[in-house]
Amino acid sequence: MIALEINGTRYQVDINPEVPLLWVLRNHLRLTGTKYGCGIGECGCCTVHVDGRAERSCMIPAGKVEGRRITTIEGLSENHPLKKAWLEVQVPQCGYCQPGQIMQAAALLGENPDPNDEEIGRAMSGNLCRCGTYPRILRAIRKAAGGRGMP
Amino acid sequence: MTAPVSRREFLRKTLAGAGFAVAVSLKPLVCEVWPQQRRAREEVEIFSPAAWVQVTSDNLVTVIVNKSEMGQGVTTSLPMIVAEELDADWDQVRFEIAPARERYLDPVSGRQYTGGSTSVRQMIGPLRTAGAIAREMLLRAAAETWKVPAASCAVVKGTVRHQVSGRSLTFGELCRQAARLPVPRQPAIKSKSPQRIVGSSVSRLDILDKIEGSAVFGMDVFVNDMLHASIARPPAFGAKPLAFDREAAGKVRGVRQVVPMERGIAVCADHLHQAWAGKKALNVRWSRGSHPELNTAGVENRLLPLLNKPGATAHSTGDCGPALGAASRKLRAHYTLPFLAHATMEPMNCTAHVRAEGCDIWAPVQDQTGAVDTACAITGLRPDQVLVYTTYLGGAFGRRLETDFVAEAVQLSKVVQKPVKVVWTREEDLQNDFYRPACACRIEAGLDAGGHIAAWRHKIAASSILERIAPDQVSDGVDPFAVQGLTDMPYEIPNLEVEYVKADLPVPVGFWRSAGYSYNTFAVESFMDELARAAGKDPVEFRLAHLKKNARATRLIEELVKSSGWGRHPRKGIGKGFAYHSSHGTHVAQVAEVAADEKKGALKILKVTCAVDCGTVISPDAVAAQMEGGIIFGLSAALKEEVEFTNGGVASHNFSGYEILAADETPEIEILMLPSGGTLGGIGAVGVPAVAPAIANAAFNLTGSRIRKLPLRARGARGRARAKNP
Repeated sequence: MIALEINGTRYQVDINPEVPLLWVLRNHLRLTGTKYGCGIGECGCCTVHVDGRAERSCMIPAGKVEGRRITTIEGLSENHPLKKAWLEVQVPQCGYCQPGQIMQAAALLGENPDPNDEEIGRAMSGNLCRCGTYPRILRAIRKAAGGRGMP
Repeated sequence: MTAPVSRREFLRKTLAGAGFAVAVSLKPLVCEVWPQQRRAREEVEIFSPAAWVQVTSDNLVTVIVNKSEMGQGVTTSLPMIVAEELDADWDQVRFEIAPARERYLDPVSGRQYTGGSTSVRQMIGPLRTAGAIAREMLLRAAAETWKVPAASCAVVKGTVRHQVSGRSLTFGELCRQAARLPVPRQPAIKSKSPQRIVGSSVSRLDILDKIEGSAVFGMDVFVNDMLHASIARPPAFGAKPLAFDREAAGKVRGVRQVVPMERGIAVCADHLHQAWAGKKALNVRWSRGSHPELNTAGVENRLLPLLNKPGATAHSTGDCGPALGAASRKLRAHYTLPFLAHATMEPMNCTAHVRAEGCDIWAPVQDQTGAVDTACAITGLRPDQVLVYTTYLGGAFGRRLETDFVAEAVQLSKVVQKPVKVVWTREEDLQNDFYRPACACRIEAGLDAGGHIAAWRHKIAASSILERIAPDQVSDGVDPFAVQGLTDMPYEIPNLEVEYVKADLPVPVGFWRSAGYSYNTFAVESFMDELARAAGKDPVEFRLAHLKKNARATRLIEELVKSSGWGRHPRKGIGKGFAYHSSHGTHVAQVAEVAADEKKGALKILKVTCAVDCGTVISPDAVAAQMEGGIIFGLSAALKEEVEFTNGGVASHNFSGYEILAADETPEIEILMLPSGGTLGGIGAVGVPAVAPAIANAAFNLTGSRIRKLPLRARGARGRARAKNP
């Protein structure tokens, strides 16, 4: 039994603590917004927040994040400026990588509310998208960052 | 723990209240109406609504989409067509994905499938008719209610209005009455203008699902009582299992059954991680396979010699031999391109439940008809006993036209007699693809004294896709997909010869976004640049001189020249390259700007300007998005992608072994929409082919050295900082 705090809810899950958080989220808790893409931290589809930082949930044994604050795409606030920007820019195509992209971008803005293009590019470089939504992702992040008020 | 979601729950959709539905059958204007009865919440029959559009008493207009949503926005563009014809309010429009059923066949192809950039082009007719029928019936329902002439009523944004009295009724209020009316045989299709929805940028109907993480992909299907399966697959082509430890796998917690398959050994377990652990415990020993000597270099080494063997004539205009002999200047070049993987972000997967009386399949498929046929062949069931529910597709690009992953799930469910979900790992996905064929080609061309192309002889060696999937369509030894872009060469060349040599490699090949155009356009557009230089002409002027009869191409290219500043001397250290491409009824021209990346000793792609004329535009933002995506897809292949082989199997294992373009490598992209207003052209594939030659031509412009082999940059040249992993 491990105890996890996800999106403000506490879960008791009867699982081998070595199982990656990704699969606990998806297969056990049915929080399927977090996606499997590569299993070794090379694509970013499974990005979630652990204590506010972007982490690859496919690489974290579930037992290691007991007592930590986990946020998935389902737990990102309703009115998060990134969601609004994603809608305005019409970012997604197939949509599969988008939860990971949004969570990665949200962590970036959490740490750096007004990133420049290079900082955005660097932060997003590990989140792959095969449809080629990158230009719109960058535009949406700039938009969301701008919406927070420039210094 | 949350309760598992039941199959019923997954399937449940409610149609609030009574409504009416319009279907347009395969023969245009032969229509039937199925009045929808109020249905119990739990009934699953509701998933077979026999209609393209439903108007319901909750004032919603639901468009049934018979195409797969794989990113291209088809669940928005097809509803736009219906909504326009119906004069609906966009806010009341919804969509539902059609299950696999005969009544949802594409009227042109006779299949239910999504591919070849055909969805809007092939569905616009039936959908406009469906919208027009619904509109006319709603209008007449209102006229009857008010006892006024129909001509005195008008449909405005989801409401029927009586102009004189100012009375109005919503679609929702009218749908019951409308359902009782006879179906008009020849509904009036709206004239082209004014259009309110078509041609405007509406918000995608799938966008909230995709922003909130609630979109259900194949990976997200959970069925009560299902087992998760993972398959140990042969590491080399033709390899067979020599030995494996069934007992050890069986001892892994949660493992229920080990099933030897035609290709590999499946482990079925309660949870996916248990199936993976079981697979590892199998410890399979494999035979060496059919081509143990095959490695990456071997691909080119096998393709190039084929160019000296006789091939099949795919096209012949004029007489190349004498024309080449008489040419004042002759050029010859070889181009080679590698095998490519689709690498959809969602790896292959399928969930199937086979029972004595039927088979349910939930999967991200591009070919519903193929999925039904596959299931019938395995189970012996009739097509009407097989239900295919198409989920959202996490990328497709042609890979999901195959049904290999459907077959596995159906086979396993049949054996274990439970629902089974097969999920591929990324490694399995990259190593068991139907790859974009590798190709080698040789072009010989001659210029006349005026610097015009007198003759072009093109010989290409590549594997055949049709040989596997439709051998009857390989005529006289030519696979038409292998010579796309050559047999329909856009340039006016008096003597043109195209010869095809079928390569015999063990690597399975399939359709990859833009198919044969993806490699042939690279060769043709690169060689056009070589010829332009030999003729001492500007590359764009040289092309225009060979497109004299092509007004659409000429206009598009001239506009691009103006907008991109082509011809202006580029800044020092910047190279510019041009390429043109035409297919699927659409014309595309691109200018790429590159610079040397001193630090990495590689090219840096600064900007791609792309002009596109797809005739008539339904959804401008969808066209822009497809062009952006196509350019990035093509750029990724041009710069980085190559499937590697070792010991007769695929060596590329994950994204570190098969790199695709990342956000920080993406250039500025500018799309110039220049629709000429004619027949609809396709947009899914056309963004891809021109970018590789545009980059290669820009590189030549910058460095003076010609790139005749892709990918352009060695793997690992990126050296970019990856986001930190835990």
